[in-house]
Amino acid sequence: MFQLAKSLDDALATVADGCLLVVPREVSGVPMAATRALIRRGVKRLHLVALPTSSLQADLLIGAGCIETLETSAVSLGEFGPAPRFIAAVIAGAIKMKDATCPALHAALQAAEKGVPFMPLRGLIGSDLLKYRDDWKVIDSPFGNSDPIVLLPAIKPDVALIHAPMADRFGNVWIGRQRELATMAHAAAKTIATVEKIHDGNLLDDPVLAAGTLPGFYIESIAVTERGAWPLPLPDFYPADAGHLAEYAALAATAEGFTDYLERYVYERRAA
Amino acid sequence: MNVVPHNQSFRSEELLADVIARLIGDCRHVAVGNASPIPATAALLARERGNGRPYVSLLQSRKHNFFTDGARELFDCAGQGRIDVFFLSGGQIDGQGNVNLVSTGSYEYPKVRFPGSFGSAYLYYVVPKVILFRVEHSRRTLVSKVDFISAPGANAANVYRPGGPIALVTNRSLFSFAAGRFSLASVHPGHTVAEVIENTGFDFDRPATVPETPAPTPETLKLMREVVAPQLAEVYPQFAAQVFGVGTAAVAG
Repeated sequence: MFQLAKSLDDALATVADGCLLVVPREVSGVPMAATRALIRRGVKRLHLVALPTSSLQADLLIGAGCIETLETSAVSLGEFGPAPRFIAAVIAGAIKMKDATCPALHAALQAAEKGVPFMPLRGLIGSDLLKYRDDWKVIDSPFGNSDPIVLLPAIKPDVALIHAPMADRFGNVWIGRQRELATMAHAAAKTIATVEKIHDGNLLDDPVLAAGTLPGFYIESIAVTERGAWPLPLPDFYPADAGHLAEYAALAATAEGFTDYLERYVYERRAA
Repeated sequence: MNVVPHNQSFRSEELLADVIARLIGDCRHVAVGNASPIPATAALLARERGNGRPYVSLLQSRKHNFFTDGARELFDCAGQGRIDVFFLSGGQIDGQGNVNLVSTGSYEYPKVRFPGSFGSAYLYYVVPKVILFRVEHSRRTLVSKVDFISAPGANAANVYRPGGPIALVTNRSLFSFAAGRFSLASVHPGHTVAEVIENTGFDFDRPATVPETPAPTPETLKLMREVVAPQLAEVYPQFAAQVFGVGTAAVAG
């Protein structure tokens, strides 16, 4: 029988130093409470794959020194401006950057999902991205006549970390239409979910809910974490905390300000 | 940008959205990516004018986004040719239509780092009409050669490429793009050809007489302000508040 984690820290135990961790984009439910817990624990040398982009989560992990390699298509705070710790780290050469393009990350995880070594993708030829990705190959399509196409190796994460509206006591997690969370879970060896609440009964018993449910089969651990995406939004449930994000953007503009932010909002265990 | 000049009755953003809506034309599906409030305004305006046509997909929206198979569905759609129009910007854009969303200086030792390439290295190839937009029209943004090619303006003949750039919209002018070159199509009210030449870092073609970009009609402005702006506030609350004075309360819950 599936057991809910006793605490958020317990749920995160399998996020080991140096692991390949995949996380979702801002509008899919970003596990921010879990991210703060990982920083408090002092996780190191993560290879972070942000599918396909990131905002506050990657910036925070980079600034706190948790990231060795970042594989994503973009990091930005959106309407709150550039991601300051990401930019500072790239310019200083403090992280290894694997620049990608959105569909390449989706495709590489789909390869892992299918258990095949690679996935072909259109585009990319003539882009300098290809020049700096020696793990991406161009072949002549075996089904074409002089038709070059890029092959992307499968991305097989050690852990997928997600935040979702609800789970049940059987380990099933309701993700609704955020199907990329399913792709992440199918591709990863283990999936950790934080959720807003526990649903009474079995999510798979209701055909309407079942269609948006990630089966417990894929789930390693679940921790109930109310407002677990804060200050980012959980679409359909709560909006972004714009005031807080503006405060972050202002503080994180300098290394000192960022340290101040960590003290106030991460190490102090303050707020949601 | 947020002040209406005393001699005109519209904001610069409204003019640009109107220009882009005309470029969208009649089609079935327009998609809008991240950090693109003006193209999003244009797409929603086109949909209002077309009584629901085209379909509009705003990537970060809940309401204006019909996808149910995750973020990859948009790219799969585009790969099949099911997206007719898309928009790209760039930290740098050059005269060959190359777009740089990564960095200036060398890649290993960047001087300025931008967010990253997003979907450009794919969508630029497979969406038939890609409209480039960069509000800041300067020699810093419109360069002779980009430092990093996130997505190229053109490819060798044997590379699968049904898509690519058709136009570039800036705060000063509209360029069309064909056969690997930009051509000055119109200059916005209050701006001049000389000023465009002075502030553009690449060579471009131009007719003997360059027309002025038509101002948005009162009907268009009314539609944009009263119908489109509240829809936009869900995805771009800050922009909708600054440009159209639409409250952010609309996005809560």
